[in-house]
Amino acid sequence: MNASSLMPQAHAFFTADGLAGLIFLIIIAVTLFGALVACTTERLVRSVAGLVVCFVGVAGIFYFLNSPFVAMMQILIYVGAVSVTISFAIMLAAPERIKKFGPTGPLAGPLGFLLAGLIFGGLAILGIRTTWPVQAKIDTGSVKAIGVQLLTNYSMVFELVSVVLLIAILGALILARSGRSR
Amino acid sequence: MSILTLHNHLVTYLVIGALLFAIGIYGLVTRRTIIGMLIAAELMLAGASVNFMAFNRFTAPDPVVGQIFTLFIMAIAAAEAAIGLSIVVAIYRNYTSIDTEDLVKLKG
Repeated sequence: MNASSLMPQAHAFFTADGLAGLIFLIIIAVTLFGALVACTTERLVRSVAGLVVCFVGVAGIFYFLNSPFVAMMQILIYVGAVSVTISFAIMLAAPERIKKFGPTGPLAGPLGFLLAGLIFGGLAILGIRTTWPVQAKIDTGSVKAIGVQLLTNYSMVFELVSVVLLIAILGALILARSGRSR
Repeated sequence: MSILTLHNHLVTYLVIGALLFAIGIYGLVTRRTIIGMLIAAELMLAGASVNFMAFNRFTAPDPVVGQIFTLFIMAIAAAEAAIGLSIVVAIYRNYTSIDTEDLVKLKG
């Protein structure tokens, strides 16, 4: 694969597949931009905004992976709930007099880049080099199939996750309540 | 393999997942506040979810399993965020700071 085969002709953009590919590239750019903003800005509020952008991009990636249901859940749970919770915590716990929370410490800078680069390189090379076995599909992965599997094969895990969520809510209430009267 | 057909290849998604994971690692080791580290951990979970969904789409025989696993990851991540943030609020109440440099009470 050389550079000339990677770049398509100009008229290839104006087909349905070409536009889908273009949208996919935009989604990748949005995801990575959001992730970088989330990890490098000095103010935590901007970091949460970057996280929201990144999660919207990840939802787009899920849509391209034939899973509109999981994409919708990603937007509902992460963009709608988790990010709002984090921004509430920032409002409650990040003191106004200290504005800067940027990357610091011994690992900020070259050492941190080296660590992240090594992990990225290792994972990417592993993914590219391996020939992944492809098996024939026995199902379509529709929302109906997800519901049936959740309530038959994976019902035990489903119940356990609901118990975990219940305990997490109770634990969060107790932790946030303790010492409040002081 | 043209740049416009990248979304039909498993490798693209694996590289995106690895990138998200590595950015999350970078944020986790450089941030000095607990909330920042929590945000970075959410990014790493997103990278893992992208990997699950990619294998679900391209290699798994039953393309339901990866979606269910991703839904479980989301549920656990939501629980983790709720617990982590209430711990952050409790820490702020006791120390009036969420900087990890200030939380040294257990240091000998």
